[in-house]
Amino acid sequence: MNSKKIIYRFVLYFLVAIILIWCIFPFYWAVVSSLKPDKDLFEINPSLFPKRITFENYVKVFTERPFHINIWNSIVVAGITTIVSLLIGSLAAYAIARLKFKGKVVVMSLILAVSMFPQVSILGSLFVLLRNFKLINTYPGLILPYVSITLPLTTWILQNFFRELPKEVEESAAIDGCSRIRTLWSIVLPMAAPGLVATGLLTFISAWNEFLFALTFMQRPEKYTVPVAIALFKGASQYEIPWGQIMAAAVIVTTPLVILVLIFQKKIIAGLSAGSVKG
Amino acid sequence: MQKKEPRIAFWMILPAILVISVIAFFPLFKTFYDSFFSFSLNPRFPREFVGFGNYIKLFNDSRFWDALKTTIIFTVISVSLETILGLMIALVVHQDFKFRGAVRAAMLIPWAIPTAISSQMWRWMFNDQFGIMSRFYEALHIIEPGTPILGRPGLALWAIIQVDVWKTTPFMALLILAGLQLIPEQLYEAAKIDGANMIQRFFKITLPQLTPTIAVALIFRTLDALRVFDVVYVMTRGSVGTETLSVYNRVLLMDRAFTSASFGYGSALSVVIFLLISIFAIIYIKTLKLQFD
Repeated sequence: MNSKKIIYRFVLYFLVAIILIWCIFPFYWAVVSSLKPDKDLFEINPSLFPKRITFENYVKVFTERPFHINIWNSIVVAGITTIVSLLIGSLAAYAIARLKFKGKVVVMSLILAVSMFPQVSILGSLFVLLRNFKLINTYPGLILPYVSITLPLTTWILQNFFRELPKEVEESAAIDGCSRIRTLWSIVLPMAAPGLVATGLLTFISAWNEFLFALTFMQRPEKYTVPVAIALFKGASQYEIPWGQIMAAAVIVTTPLVILVLIFQKKIIAGLSAGSVKG
Repeated sequence: MQKKEPRIAFWMILPAILVISVIAFFPLFKTFYDSFFSFSLNPRFPREFVGFGNYIKLFNDSRFWDALKTTIIFTVISVSLETILGLMIALVVHQDFKFRGAVRAAMLIPWAIPTAISSQMWRWMFNDQFGIMSRFYEALHIIEPGTPILGRPGLALWAIIQVDVWKTTPFMALLILAGLQLIPEQLYEAAKIDGANMIQRFFKITLPQLTPTIAVALIFRTLDALRVFDVVYVMTRGSVGTETLSVYNRVLLMDRAFTSASFGYGSALSVVIFLLISIFAIIYIKTLKLQFD
């Protein structure tokens, strides 16, 4: 190896290391902070590794506040949102990808336009609408808006996946007299399963991460979803912020997400490239 | 068979259209309509038609202009940093090195963590007494010891921009990387034979080939940055000159919903935000070049 190559390698690995530290450090720091006893946590010169490890913060998150209820709320809301969004989205996506009809561009533009709505523009009216139907502080009151804001993404990515499937199988199904809906249900969807998983994952993550609607439509602590609960964690007094507990709660809910992302990274990147996605 | 298609298509698309009509389009029209009234969610305040009164009031509201300025500063700085850094990171992880797949996967982590939660993580790191980022900046002599970063005008906005850049840059890099991988290798080989050096190859091949990818990512990020809410709300609640349009809008709509007649006024601001973002959305759709059949 010549010296030029050695320098190239050195610089490359140095840059990669910086990128890696940059991406992981805040998460790492949350883990470290959550494991420190308060005495080590509130130290002027924090140590990069926990000197003593305690799980006190993890216990307190569940005993001193209803965090398990918040997790359950998030699972129910994000889970049902994903299922409904995939159901409605795959119907629309199939029609757009495979059927001939007038006004296709108009329909797709309408659906895509919703993904660009600033959420805050419909916040007030949606609040009034949900209040009139007594849906504030209820699961449907959050699921309905979530289905509507995730549908554009679901439909867009799914129609891209459907387009790439071989047409011949569907055509032979049509000759056999299968209805369109049956073709979709028993032939197209199984073939598009990898696409459905990736899309479902993206939908789930965006519903799980949503903050503005959850903050506004869920106004009781036992109805909060995870992001709202963590953002509004309160200590014993107004001036005391329970940082150890906040970090423990953050680690509890982000670890599964991080693992999911690491497992499905290829699919997620494929899905993301198919239609740019908001975080 | 062929004749039935439009009818089937109609029924397949109907549920999607129904949901977005009720949950998105109807509230949007209601917001437009409400912006011409003065009213409150509290029935104690009478509902009155005020015409363009709310808009006139808005354009004389210095808090609105400050929020607009903050939003634009935030958008311009964070989107440019994210694009430039994202391009650089994409070029680095496009190279050949050990554990490349793992590094690319790790780059999805900042994107996957809910913004509200990662903002809390960062808020802790920016803590004036015990925050590790505060220590880091003190060591670099960027700030004086004991400076409350999130409590200082100017500094607080920079901290918020930093969090946004942290969250979005790796994601941007992955989008650009996908574009990089599509550039045919022959182009580079031909350029090498012609004697083009690395920098020439970058400006003559890589950059022009990437332009469509970058353009889409850029406009898309601009749309997102203009409506920024989560990170600002969690880090500072919009204090010390960090209030963006969305944060101010939520104050008007929700915090004052029952205590003053500001719901119509808030709706006017919602409309203004909508129009502002529509401009970019139209550019975005044009860039995507929707084509079917």
